Amino acid sequence: MEILRKNREIDHVRTPSEPKNAKRLIQKDLKKNWFVYLMALPVVAWFIIFCYGPMWGVMIAFKDFKPLLGFADSDWVGFKHFIDFFSGPYFWRVVKNTLLLNVWGIVFGFTAPIILALLLNEVRSSKFKRTVQTITYMPHFISLVVVCGIIHIFTANEGVVTQLLSFITGKDYSSLLGYSNLFRPIYTFSGIWQSIGWDSIIYLAAMSSIDPSLYEAADIDGVGRVKKMWYITLPQISPVIIILFIFAIGGLMASGYEKIILLYNPLIYDTADVIASYVYRRGLREASLSYSTAVGLISSIVNFGLLWMTNTIVKRRSESSLW
Amino acid sequence: MEDIKQLKVKRRRKHKSIGDRVFDFTNYTLLTALTLVCFYPILHIFFASVSDPSALMAHKGVLLKPLGFTLDGYKLVFKDNSLLKGYMNTIIYVGLGTLVNMVMTILGAYVLSRRDLYFKNFIMILITITMFFGGGLIPWFLLMKDIGLYNNLWAMILPTALSTWNIIILRTGFQSIPRELEEAALIDGASQANILITVILPLSKATLAVIFLYYLVGNWNSWFNAMVLLKDRELFPLQLLMKEILVANDSTATTIGSAGGVVINSAQSSTAFRELVKYCAIVVSTVPILLVYPFLQKYFVKGVYVGSIKG
Repeated sequence: MEILRKNREIDHVRTPSEPKNAKRLIQKDLKKNWFVYLMALPVVAWFIIFCYGPMWGVMIAFKDFKPLLGFADSDWVGFKHFIDFFSGPYFWRVVKNTLLLNVWGIVFGFTAPIILALLLNEVRSSKFKRTVQTITYMPHFISLVVVCGIIHIFTANEGVVTQLLSFITGKDYSSLLGYSNLFRPIYTFSGIWQSIGWDSIIYLAAMSSIDPSLYEAADIDGVGRVKKMWYITLPQISPVIIILFIFAIGGLMASGYEKIILLYNPLIYDTADVIASYVYRRGLREASLSYSTAVGLISSIVNFGLLWMTNTIVKRRSESSLW
Repeated sequence: MEDIKQLKVKRRRKHKSIGDRVFDFTNYTLLTALTLVCFYPILHIFFASVSDPSALMAHKGVLLKPLGFTLDGYKLVFKDNSLLKGYMNTIIYVGLGTLVNMVMTILGAYVLSRRDLYFKNFIMILITITMFFGGGLIPWFLLMKDIGLYNNLWAMILPTALSTWNIIILRTGFQSIPRELEEAALIDGASQANILITVILPLSKATLAVIFLYYLVGNWNSWFNAMVLLKDRELFPLQLLMKEILVANDSTATTIGSAGGVVINSAQSSTAFRELVKYCAIVVSTVPILLVYPFLQKYFVKGVYVGSIKG
């Protein structure tokens, strides 16, 4: 019983109103929970080294970093690299591509799993439902490298998608990854192929906790299935949609550069090159370390700004928000 | 309960209106079409991998069955030392990496699920900030080099040891365990470590299964860190070799006569065999992970939901 009371005591004073007691509380806490703090040690150390370490390294964006001179001895150049990027020829290209790819992703990629979940939710045969789910999950587990390999194979000269497109449009196409105007559809729809099943899980889970009496009431009023979907199911899962939407916006600028690096080629840089792939190419391939750090920094600032903005807007309009 | 359910289903079937039927028909058709679209590419790769290479080269478009039958592609893949080495490396990285992931995540989640820690909020803030801010690729890379995580085994383990998202998912799982259970264990004189191992972990199986799967798949499929941090081909994981075989659009482009290090001897050194090796390599590198997930599928919904919504 003594232990329990101690437990509760500290619980109560977790938001200490009397600063006098703070020191005593900390001592007591450390004495009681030293083992838990010992467990926390590797975790905290990892975050400090691997997450906060690079944040400190961001200062090379303001320096003319030379690996031979090291962090401390490289010269400060202020905002030179930022100005270079803003006034350079690639600024608009990479910003535009990043935004557009993400708009495509949100318009098609974000809505697709919601639609799938709505359709699946109306399926009554649990066997059919399970089969559809198991198969649509499958692509999620295929590695990005292999998915991009499959895209390369399917969009090659003789590939399935190329042939299909030629058949539909009546025009002859060579390798589809050589056309700038096809990159966004290929990128977006392959993304949907890979994640539609997996992403629908969360919406299905949310749907399963909707109160059935809502549907029963609608049944009595003679409401059709489509209307039930639209007026009951969708509004009921809207909090989940909103939260995931905020995250999607927050990830806008940091979009999947791995996939782009695996898919693009110099022929289609004008639609495929995004901020992150540009940072990778300039930084690691061409060793412009400071310059690409500056570009990366801009993108994460914009990213956080977007997240904050979306959250504020959503908060004003509805009850759910991240913070 | 079961009876009532069945009755309801029966009644519903009887009263199916025309609108209902049209809806069901459309719905099932759409879902079947989507399922086929999701499944077809996988089937295509599999058929192609056992097809006769020259027939495959001559073929255009959709593949509904294997063209001929040969296992030559697989023989080449399994005979090849660099791919086998890559397989071994991947198994080591996945095994060790996932172990480190799980231990670290359990520690982090347990600490954050304690209600009575004075510094809990501080640790939580420390962790949450990293979800929104980061240093970016280049500073990260320079740091990895500086602390010696370059071109060695640990470069594949330590930088990915934790995922903030998974800590938060697991913490939420831990917090949903009734506190009375821990208190009962405390009264029985259990230590913190005891409580974690005997009470909390067994009760969080679903969440543990899901994050285990996340880490496992992530480790198995990871290639970018390997590309950036590893230099010796001896250390390359399977996926990086796969990139060389499948995606040849940069300076590591494959040369004639080999596909990503898979040496095809002169008699076979035709483009046809290179194509065949691609398909076989895809099957060989993907099958293990496709075999794992159906076993964990029953935990998906619960685990994913717990973490994302309440997180």
